[in-house]
Amino acid sequence: MATSTTRAPAGEEPPSPTRTTDAPRRRGALLHRLDVKGAPYAFVAPFFVVFAAFSFYPLVYTSWISLHRVELATLDVMEWVALDNYVELWGDERFWNALANTITIGVISTVPQLLMALGLAHLLNYRMRASLFFRVASLVPYATSVAAAALVFTMIFERDFGMINWALGTVGIDPVDWEADKWPAQVAISTIVIWRWTGYNALLYLAAMQAIPADRYEAASLDGASRWKQFTHVTVPGIRSTIVFTIVLSTIGATQLFGEPLIFGQGPNGVTGGADNQYQTLGLLLYEEGWKNYQMGRSATVAWAMFLLLVLVFVVQRLIKRLRSRTS
Amino acid sequence: MTTHSLPARTDTPDRTPATKPAGRRLLRQRAGRQHHAGPLAYVLLVIMAVLSIFPLYWTMVAASTDNTRVSQTPPPFLPGPNLFSNLARAWDEAAMGKAMINSLIVAGVIALSTVMFATLAGFAFAKLRFKGRNVLLMLVIGTMMVPPQLGVVPLFMMMSELGWSQQLPAVIFPTLVSAVGVFFMRQYLSEALPDELVEAGRVDGAHSLRIFWSIVLPVARPAMAVLFMITFVHAWNDFFWPFVVLDMTNPTVPVALTQLSAGYVRDQSLIMAGALLGTLPLLAMFVVFGRQIVSGIMAGAVKG
Repeated sequence: MATSTTRAPAGEEPPSPTRTTDAPRRRGALLHRLDVKGAPYAFVAPFFVVFAAFSFYPLVYTSWISLHRVELATLDVMEWVALDNYVELWGDERFWNALANTITIGVISTVPQLLMALGLAHLLNYRMRASLFFRVASLVPYATSVAAAALVFTMIFERDFGMINWALGTVGIDPVDWEADKWPAQVAISTIVIWRWTGYNALLYLAAMQAIPADRYEAASLDGASRWKQFTHVTVPGIRSTIVFTIVLSTIGATQLFGEPLIFGQGPNGVTGGADNQYQTLGLLLYEEGWKNYQMGRSATVAWAMFLLLVLVFVVQRLIKRLRSRTS
Repeated sequence: MTTHSLPARTDTPDRTPATKPAGRRLLRQRAGRQHHAGPLAYVLLVIMAVLSIFPLYWTMVAASTDNTRVSQTPPPFLPGPNLFSNLARAWDEAAMGKAMINSLIVAGVIALSTVMFATLAGFAFAKLRFKGRNVLLMLVIGTMMVPPQLGVVPLFMMMSELGWSQQLPAVIFPTLVSAVGVFFMRQYLSEALPDELVEAGRVDGAHSLRIFWSIVLPVARPAMAVLFMITFVHAWNDFFWPFVVLDMTNPTVPVALTQLSAGYVRDQSLIMAGALLGTLPLLAMFVVFGRQIVSGIMAGAVKG
């Protein structure tokens, strides 16, 4: 794709004045100009073509589908229903339940994850032995797929023979039903997310910490600031934009949460999101509407609602930021 | 969670040439301020490392025993004798063999094409002048904020129209190139590739693709290797879309893993053997290339 417009003859027309005959030289100059002007667009084109075809177009078309009744078995039959899907979704208890679960699991998984990542990055920033080992070790969960991680944690959190309940038992705590009870289930699912992403975020923080100029720390310690003061007054402000970045990414990830709650406890042929939907997220609801209830129109409506949720979160974040900068 | 891939670095695009370290060095860690770690720091780090590794270690333990031993209390902490027979069973019975080959194809093709297209685009954004460059670059960054999950219904319809349902192209094509890849290569090349080299190529009369081939590629190689590995990891582990569009007759590894746990009689050590099998290739990669992957992720981070 990228090559077709740039296939000018290779180095045939060096701009040396010793060459004579005008016509080929002009042709060469024309090709050269075409190359200089056109090649950059050809080089960036593949990305935009792929994005337009497989991301942008589907995103826009989702809103169109959400105004129709479409069934999985007959995808080409679209019956116009205007806003019916949205009205139904608004009145659907499952939607509000999934929305609430998405938000609570999002908070339970994101906040501890980023705080722990911050602490871990601080530790990794020390000069020490085996620093490479610790960095790679903290990245090992990132190499594990959602599926594999969720399967292991399902067993670790198993009610009857799981390791967590066994460990709780040794200190005299009654076994917890990590799957059937709402909050334990949400905590367990969040644990999977936290396990997989803490080390990765820590490395991002570490990279930013290492870019903080050393003289800021020297100035702070000359002022008599303690290690903790240095951490809160130099380190954290110094990696601010990284923190914002990870919050944005984790928030997007949290609104899309799917694999962990799907696999946790049940498996794909079971109920999606627990017997009482106690940990059904919006991602699971989207899947359930489309591929279990065969209602693609409603599924698209859920997708659109997720998109709006994302937009809303960022608007709120912006507002908070603006309010805070006004008050300070 | 696919949006969680390689992060963007948002510092100012054009650094002064004086501070440019040579190509390979960019991907190594730089020294910052560092106190020496005390005993407490070591203790905490060891705990962290144990927490990170333990679930995988226990996957191996469970995969090496049998179903009854796994379900005993207290749970087993040491490996049993059945590791290889369980792995073999997972390979045969649970379609893991086919899934591994499929994942190898999918992740390999996606990683290759991402590296190629991202390097081309990254070079253009870093070193070529053209109208609308900044707007287009902002667009690339903006697309990172769009979670692919939202377009899944039309994408599914598109694939069934193309006749690609349950086929690997359905998984490969939507991720042929990624915004993070483009941005990563752009950041790398704008620092590592001196303008003079590109200019010299122009003076010699080389056309853009030739400059790309013989000047940019040699400089970009270390970053391309890192991008290849990180993209491979993401493609191998990608879950939502493959789960929607593929089925058990033709799964990738994560899709096959979901099926493992869906049976009526749950054979726990078989499940764990499958999970282990599906993770092993990436673990091997992390053991061998851990340093490069770590530094690649850190090089792509937002600084400041």
